[in-house]
Amino acid sequence: MLKRLASMAAILAVAAGTASAEPVSGGRANVVIQPEPPSLMLGLVQNGPTQMVAGNIYESLLRYDENLEPQPQLAKSWDIAEDGLTYTFHLYDNVKWHDGEPFSADDVVFSADIFLRESHARLRNSLKYVESITAPDANTVVFKLKEPFGPFIGIFEGGTMPIVPKHIYEGTDYKTNPANNTPIGTGPFKFVEWVKGSHILLKKNEDYYVDGLPYLDEIYWHIIPDAASRAVAFETGVVDILPGGSVENFDVGRLTELENTCVTDKGWEFIGPLSWLWLNNNEGPTADKRFRQAVMYAMDREFAKDALWNGLGKVATSPVSSSTRFYTDDVTKYDYNPEKAKELLAEMGYDGTPVRLLPLPYGETWQRWAEAIKQNLEEVGIKVDMVATDVAGWNQKISEWDYDMAFTYLYQYGDPALGVGRTYISSNIAKGSPWNNVEGYKNPKIDELFAAGATAVGKDARQKIYTEAQQILTEDVPVAWLLELGFPTIYRCNVKDLVTTAIGINDGFRDAYIEK
Amino acid sequence: MRDFWSRFKRNRGAVAGLAILVIVVAVAALAPVLFPQSPWKMVQRPFLPPLTMDALPLGTDALGRNVLSGLAYGAQVSLLIGLVSTVVSLLIGIPIGALAGYFGGWVDDGLMRFTEFFQTVPNFALAIVLVAIFEPSVQSIIGAIAIVSWPPVARLVRGEVLSLRSREYVEAAILSGQKNSTIILRQILPNTLSPIIVLASLMVATAILLESSLSFLGLGDPNLMSWGYMIGAARTVIRQAWWLSFFPGFAILMTVLALNLIGEGLNDALNPRLSRKGK
Repeated sequence: MLKRLASMAAILAVAAGTASAEPVSGGRANVVIQPEPPSLMLGLVQNGPTQMVAGNIYESLLRYDENLEPQPQLAKSWDIAEDGLTYTFHLYDNVKWHDGEPFSADDVVFSADIFLRESHARLRNSLKYVESITAPDANTVVFKLKEPFGPFIGIFEGGTMPIVPKHIYEGTDYKTNPANNTPIGTGPFKFVEWVKGSHILLKKNEDYYVDGLPYLDEIYWHIIPDAASRAVAFETGVVDILPGGSVENFDVGRLTELENTCVTDKGWEFIGPLSWLWLNNNEGPTADKRFRQAVMYAMDREFAKDALWNGLGKVATSPVSSSTRFYTDDVTKYDYNPEKAKELLAEMGYDGTPVRLLPLPYGETWQRWAEAIKQNLEEVGIKVDMVATDVAGWNQKISEWDYDMAFTYLYQYGDPALGVGRTYISSNIAKGSPWNNVEGYKNPKIDELFAAGATAVGKDARQKIYTEAQQILTEDVPVAWLLELGFPTIYRCNVKDLVTTAIGINDGFRDAYIEK
Repeated sequence: MRDFWSRFKRNRGAVAGLAILVIVVAVAALAPVLFPQSPWKMVQRPFLPPLTMDALPLGTDALGRNVLSGLAYGAQVSLLIGLVSTVVSLLIGIPIGALAGYFGGWVDDGLMRFTEFFQTVPNFALAIVLVAIFEPSVQSIIGAIAIVSWPPVARLVRGEVLSLRSREYVEAAILSGQKNSTIILRQILPNTLSPIIVLASLMVATAILLESSLSFLGLGDPNLMSWGYMIGAARTVIRQAWWLSFFPGFAILMTVLALNLIGEGLNDALNPRLSRKGK
C-alpha cells in the first residue's frame, strides 16, 4: 500500500511537472565527457567529445530536428532556388562573438570558403560542388553550386560547418593560433576554463541572440577516465547527465532504475551510427558472395541487441540507417536462420578454412559481441580465429586489409551521399585508411548509382536511385550489417529539453533547463 | 618410493592438496565428456543466477553461457599453461644454473649477470609487455610466463651445483677423465632433483596465477575460456552478477592452494632431514 501511495505521488509529481512546463533559469549541468577531448577548437578538430563540448560554444547556420528537417540557428530563414543551385541564408542581425565583436556574413564566408576548406576534410568533399560563397550584405550569405547536390541542406550542422571568428583567425596560422586554447564562438555558452584531466567549465552567454536563452548558468564537464567511476559519479549525484557511451552497457539497466532517472536513445539521428563487420572481398572464403550471405543468416542480431545493448538500437536491414534519408526496407532481408546459412556454405563448398575475426577494442560490450558472433558462426560450421588487438593494431590491420572479418561502426551524417557511398564506391579503395572502402567491393553499377544520387534533383528521383542501390547491396552483402547503434543518454528527470535535435546534447544545452 | 609416500602422507595438508589437484585434473580431463558443447555456446538467457535451473547449477554469464562448463574448460587451460610454462622455464633455468655453478669464473659471472638482468625487471610488468608485443595467444603467454619465471631456477641449480662440485665423487669423476657434460648430467644434476621438484610445484601455482592475471587484463588467448578471462569479463557486472567472478576466483584459489600444499609436502618428503621436528 505504501509503495502504491508512493507511485501515486510520483505520478502526481510528474503530472504537476508537465503542467508547469515553464522553463526556469539558473542552475548548473554536471555532465560527463568521455574521453577528454584533444582540443575545443571545433573548426580544427571534429571528433566526438570535441563536438559534444564545443557544439555549445560554436554554432553553424542550421540545426536539425529528429526527422533531419533543418531548423534555424545562426540563419533565421533560408531560400533554395528551384533549380537547386542557389541557397540564400538570412542571418540573425543581433549576434555577437563571445569577445563582444559583432558577427556578420563575412564570418560565414571566411569560415566556409577559407578556414574550413583548409582544415575540415569531410566538409571539403561537400564544398567541391560549390562555385561561390558570397555575402551581398551583412546579414545574407549566398551559396552558388556548380551542379545540384542533394544533401547540401544537410551540411550546415555545428560539427560539419562550425562558424569561426574571422577577426581572430584571418591571416594567421590556424593550427598554432593561441586563441585555439580559449575558443570564441557565437553559441549559448562561453568558455571559462579547462583543467586537463579534471574538468571543463562553460558559462552562460548573457548576450545570446535568442531572448531568454540559454536557461542554465553553467555547464561543468567532468573528466573521469574509468567507466565504473563514471557510473558511481552518477549514482552519488556528482554528475546529472551521462552522454551516450559514457558507461558500460551492462550498467545502463541498473542506473536507469535509480530514482529520478530518465533515459533516451534519441539525439543520434544525424550521425546515425551503423555497425557492421568488414568482410574481406578480396581473398579468403569471404570473397565468395554465398559465404557473406551465410554470415548474415548465421548471426543472431536480435540476441546481441537485447543481451549486449539493453534492447537499444535496431537490427540493421540495409546499408542506410533507418534514421537517414532515403532508407528503404524493400530489400533482401536476413533474419536469423542457421539452416539457410548451412545450405549456402554447402552450396559453395566451404572447406573449413578458418577466418580471422577482429573485435573492436572499445571495451567489454564489443568484446562480448565478438564472442557471440564467433559462436554464431561456429554453430553453422565456420571456423573462426579471434585475433586480440588494441586500437592502434586494429587501425593498422584494417587499413592494410590484413583481416577476414572485423567489427566497426561508422557515421552516416543524415544522407547516403555523405556517409554511405564512401564505404561501397570503388574509387574509395585505397590502403591506408580504416574508414574508406576497406572491404574492396567493386561494382560499376553501384558507383554509377551513388554518383547519380548525389546530384539528382528532387526527393523522389533520389529515393529511386538509393532504393536500387540498397537492393543491390543487400543482395551482394559487401559487409555484414549488424545494428543501428542506440547510445543511451542517461539524465536526471528534472533536466528538461536536453535532447531536442538530431544532434543530441552536442547542441542540446541551448534549450535545456533544470526544474527545481 | 614407499618411504617417500609415508613421509608425504604425514603432512595432512599435502594430502588434501593432492586430493584437490586430482579433482581439478579429473575435471579438466573429463570436460569434453561432461560438457560436449563448447563453453562459448549461449545456452540460456543471460545472467541466470546459480541454482535456478538444474542443468545450469552455477548459472549463466553475460551472454547466457554455462558457467560450470566454462570452469571445466578453464581448468584445462590453467593446468596446460601452468605445466608447459614451468617445463619451459626449467629447460631454460637448469642449463644456465648448471653451467654457471660447474664452470665458475667468468662463465658464472656472465650467466649470473644475465640472470640478474631478468630478476631486476618486475615479473608481471615484463610478462605484460611480452604478451602485448607478440599478440595474445597460448604460445606467447606460455613463452612470457617461462621467460619471467626461470631466474629462480637458475639461481637454485647454481647453488646446488656449486656445493656438489667439490664433493669427492665429482672430483673422482673428473680424475677418471669423464667429460664435463657427462659429469654434469650423470653425476651432479640427479642429486639436485629434489629441490627442483619442490620449486617446480610452486612454479606451476605461480604460472596459473600469472596466466589468470594476464587474462583478467584482457591479454589472454581470445579463443580460450580461462578462469582469468571469466573473472575479467565479470568485473564490469560484479554488482549485478556476483557468481560470475566468485566461482572462477574460487577455482583459482583452490588450485593454487592445492599446489602450494603439495609443494610443502614434497619438501618434507624429499628432504627428510629438514623436516620439522615433532612430526
